Amino acid sequence: MIIGEFFRGLFLMIWRVATDQPEAKADLLAVFPPSARPVISAVLTVSPIIGIFATLFALTTLLERKGLGRIQNRLGPNRVGPFGILQPVADGLKMLTKEDIIPRSADALVHFLAPVVLAVPTILAFAVLPYGRNLVPVDMDAGILFFFAVGASTELAIFMAGWSSRNKYSLLGAMRAIAQMISYEIPLIISSVSVIMIAGSLSPVEIIAQQGRYLAGGFVPHWFVLTPWGLAGFIMFLIASLAESNRSPFDIPEAESELIAGHLTEYSGFKYALFFMAEYFGMFAVSGLAVTLFLGGWHAPFEFLEIVPSYVWFFAKLMGLVCLFIWVRGTVPRLRVDQLLNFAWKFMLPLSLLNLVVAAVWHFTAAWEFPGAGLGRWLLGAVMIGVPYVWLGRALSGSKKITQRTYRFAD
Amino acid sequence: MLGEGIIKGMVETARNFVGSYSDPERLTTVEYPEDKIPAKENARNFPFLVYDGDDAARGLRCVACQICEKECPPKCIYIVKSKDKKPDYIGKPQFYPAVFDIDVSVCMSCQICVEVCPFEAIKMDTEFELSNPDRFGGLLQDKHRLAKSNEYYHKIHETEAAEVDARLAAEKAKAEAKARADAEAKAAAAAKAATAAATPKPAPNPTTVAPAK
Ligand code: SF4
Ligand code: SF4
Repeated sequence: MIIGEFFRGLFLMIWRVATDQPEAKADLLAVFPPSARPVISAVLTVSPIIGIFATLFALTTLLERKGLGRIQNRLGPNRVGPFGILQPVADGLKMLTKEDIIPRSADALVHFLAPVVLAVPTILAFAVLPYGRNLVPVDMDAGILFFFAVGASTELAIFMAGWSSRNKYSLLGAMRAIAQMISYEIPLIISSVSVIMIAGSLSPVEIIAQQGRYLAGGFVPHWFVLTPWGLAGFIMFLIASLAESNRSPFDIPEAESELIAGHLTEYSGFKYALFFMAEYFGMFAVSGLAVTLFLGGWHAPFEFLEIVPSYVWFFAKLMGLVCLFIWVRGTVPRLRVDQLLNFAWKFMLPLSLLNLVVAAVWHFTAAWEFPGAGLGRWLLGAVMIGVPYVWLGRALSGSKKITQRTYRFAD
Repeated sequence: MLGEGIIKGMVETARNFVGSYSDPERLTTVEYPEDKIPAKENARNFPFLVYDGDDAARGLRCVACQICEKECPPKCIYIVKSKDKKPDYIGKPQFYPAVFDIDVSVCMSCQICVEVCPFEAIKMDTEFELSNPDRFGGLLQDKHRLAKSNEYYHKIHETEAAEVDARLAAEKAKAEAKARADAEAKAAAAAKAATAAATPKPAPNPTTVAPAK
């Protein structure tokens, strides 16, 4: 009897998730005694998140290797299984069977804790993202704030890893990571603040709800990325999130030509795999937030496509951003540390602050009533952010003239 | 404008990405165990011993002079000289290596043994698939495995082998000419001795003529 109820609940849950209905877990939870329900409910929410993102992680590593290969006119991995699609399985097995080496002079406890401390906040960050119309693990009023708070604590783990390894490369990598992450945290947050200002809410669900309208007969979505401040904010958010997730061209904390692997140098086996996974999870989380803030979350690009289940759109946009990250990685060479910090403090920070002003102007010109007001508003915003961009770009890159280098001592 | 270069670069990589699917010419990868490209003539990997004719044991050019053994920087050659002699390509009796081993795992492919060998007996091979499941015996190549024919040498290093053959032929011709001249001189001397047989001076012993070289 109770088993029948259980399977009915399970089936209903899967059906409701697949068809975008609310209260998916209700029938399944009713089978359990009330005291056990919160725990069961949490497990039911958490396990698919971890499962889905772990699968995505495996998929992305393959996609990345294949894509980078093609970008460099190579074939990429093609040995394990048809077209190499089983490569992630082989990689995973290899990682798990490797010896776990702890350097003799390392601080063993901190060395062990670092990957764990890294994995927890990266997974926590998934808690507040709305994956679909009714798929919000935790509908928090201050979800964005929560996201940034847990995201910032990954820096601690990276520094723990670098410090406890007792290796100069690890430590240098960790220091660079700290400098980079702290510098880019600021433009990352400020560029999302403009969205929060316009939406007037810190809740991801509310922010997505505000992007759920369609203009021009259902063919232009009301996504924030289609406004001048939103576009600028989106681009800055992407750049900053590249740096946050330590990806090329901002991979200087683990620049292999300079630092071996930075804070990962002394890690092997499953701990290394955890770091690696956390890095990709961080990328997914921050792309998920970019989708939420700027790309309309789970909303379809056109009104008539809303019949497709909402989570499909979310994950499609997420994977689109991930592919963009891979593309950038295949294109742009790594920055120097000084270039990186200059870029963060002299370029990203002023522009993201200015973007707040543009967002404010956008907000107050919403009341404009004359003909062509929409276009005028758009152009005003675009000029307000575009002119300083060009000017700042000139001022920062044109200050140094490239001259012939003379070698005073070598000649 | 700032960012223009990045856009240009992204267009370029996108072109590569699409191009590598539509135009297989762009892919430089050779899928190795299935496809192989023939080794380049100047490739070198591991030395081998050259022999002339069909019989590896008889035609081996090496005379066990052990110069290569002494010169090899990582000391991976091991030679034991024979007790008896066998004729070399000119016909002159020479020692030959009773044992000639090279350790694959130690050899660093420097070609120094080839450079120092005065007898054109050791040359570099282009073969690179030297891995072996037996890490003791399998990696130590003895003279039977090292010996490869002159035809094989011609196949892998055509120009170089032709040069070597020309040089050896010239040397052989020179040696033969010298032998012939010696023989003529000897004959003349013998004739002279015969005509002067009446005198008490003893004729030179015809068996103690120096070997042709
Ligand atoms: S190639 Fe160099 S290392 Fe190898 S056997 Fe010859 S001399 Fe020795
Ligand atoms: S290979 Fe050449 S140098 Fe080495 S022992 Fe033989 S003849 Fe001498």
